[in-house]
Amino acid sequence: MKILVGIKRVVDYNVRVRVRSDGSGVETDGVKMSINPFDEIALEEALRIKEAGNAEEVIVASIGSNACEQQLRTGLAMGADRAIRVDHDGPLQPLSVAKAFLGLVEREEPGLVILGKQAIDDDNNQTGQMLAALWGRPQATFASKIVLDGGSATVTREVDAGLETITVDLPAVVTTDLRLNEPRFVKLPDIMKAKRKPLDVVPLADLGGEAGHDLAYGNFAPPPKRERGIMVEDTAALVAELKNRGLL
Amino acid sequence: MSKILIIAEHDGDTLNPGTAKAVSCAQAIGGDIDILVLGEDITEVATQAAAIDGVTTVHATSAAHLAAPLAANWAAEIAAAADGYSHVLAPSSTFGKDVLPRAAALLGVNMVSDIAAVDGERSFKRPVYAGNAIAEVSVPDGDTVVATARTASWPAAKEGGSATVNERPAASEDAGHTRYVGLESGGGDRPDLQTARIVLSGGRAFGSAENFEQLYTVADKLKAGVGASRAAVDAGYVPNDMQVGQTGKIIAPELYMAFGISGAIQHITGIKDAGTIVAVNKDADAPIFEIADIGLVADLFTVLPELEQQLG
Repeated sequence: MKILVGIKRVVDYNVRVRVRSDGSGVETDGVKMSINPFDEIALEEALRIKEAGNAEEVIVASIGSNACEQQLRTGLAMGADRAIRVDHDGPLQPLSVAKAFLGLVEREEPGLVILGKQAIDDDNNQTGQMLAALWGRPQATFASKIVLDGGSATVTREVDAGLETITVDLPAVVTTDLRLNEPRFVKLPDIMKAKRKPLDVVPLADLGGEAGHDLAYGNFAPPPKRERGIMVEDTAALVAELKNRGLL
Repeated sequence: MSKILIIAEHDGDTLNPGTAKAVSCAQAIGGDIDILVLGEDITEVATQAAAIDGVTTVHATSAAHLAAPLAANWAAEIAAAADGYSHVLAPSSTFGKDVLPRAAALLGVNMVSDIAAVDGERSFKRPVYAGNAIAEVSVPDGDTVVATARTASWPAAKEGGSATVNERPAASEDAGHTRYVGLESGGGDRPDLQTARIVLSGGRAFGSAENFEQLYTVADKLKAGVGASRAAVDAGYVPNDMQVGQTGKIIAPELYMAFGISGAIQHITGIKDAGTIVAVNKDADAPIFEIADIGLVADLFTVLPELEQQLG
């Protein structure tokens, strides 16, 4: 079985994001970029499935310009066997990303596609679900545990009410939540080895191009700021203040 | 005029409050508001949905393959039911986030996640970058508006309505490739972080998993949910599902009390929609005091036992 993992190049989660003064978006010039944290978890899970003998090949794919090859190389250094960059410049909305991944799925015929539940830039949380819809296959979103059993996977999902378990026939799309695993650190020799691993480039047009129906994004603004409030002297004053405000 | 279909979230017996919040969002959009209740034997849930103020018709579809909220089955039914509607809305809970993008793709449209404000029938504001920026977004003419309403941004619509309940036959069949196994509810009796009125959180300053017990004791007195900073999770004091922040849960309780949390940006983005923020930290320079409504510079190991006592 092949596993296809999607990774997105995003502003590193430790960066303090600033909205551009002209409202056209957030500042990305000179900002540290990384693999979307949920995608790193997706790749780690794929590697663990392969290491447990349940998959033969792990493919990482990203859509973007040359720049995202840096994140694909990191993915190869973590242990992916090969990488595909879908060449496209500029932002792409979830329906188009899902359509491009469907194109990759038709080429590679993976038994499992693992994606992060959301990217920490646009916070859409849509692509995996849309891919599963277009593909007509099951989805198991927000996974905190994946158990493979022949032609199916039993997935524990982190939902608001607790942990939900579903069984999906393969092939299927799984999206990852934080609790699924802790991604490995990349070692220097692996970075060297990754340079020799294959990285193919496929134009987006070869996968059917954009899906259209894009939402129009307008102005970006910083969120309303919270102001510093009052200080209290001790626990008794805190309790009194909370009671006074009707909160206790 | 807009014709809005809201997808009810429920557990088979009780309507989730997120549904009434989506109704508030729909009222801001304006137009006719209907609710779609999917499930099996859902008469009771449909009655609850019909009691929400401002709703015209509740369409209730009962079928065995819709018993559990499996996205593969529900999305197909929602896409079929969306015919004739200009808008399809759901709460942006894990339920809405799972089901609605699949329905949007079946309808061939992009989707608006997490509507925080309504600017027009097809124009909205939504948070991106974990709430560090608010983006304006609009849906192209001709496309069905498919969107989730950010639950922290909308009050629940009031009760007092008397919508007509319409039994609607299922238009879809079982996808056959996805099976529901079960639900294990988390956190025992402690309220869920996303819906709790009060949330107490602890940081690395607790120093151990055992010391978190002091926080649980006070939380239980207040019937509060319990969260933690990423530092406390990384140190292994509490499980990951308690993490509040950019990479954990984004919450908006009425009262949030942070104990021994310095206030890294990662954490702040997860709590800034809270009604009132209280910070207790022995470091007077901790950044959390910059955004706290009420601050107390003190050792949490002194404050927690005092709180336990004073809360009776």
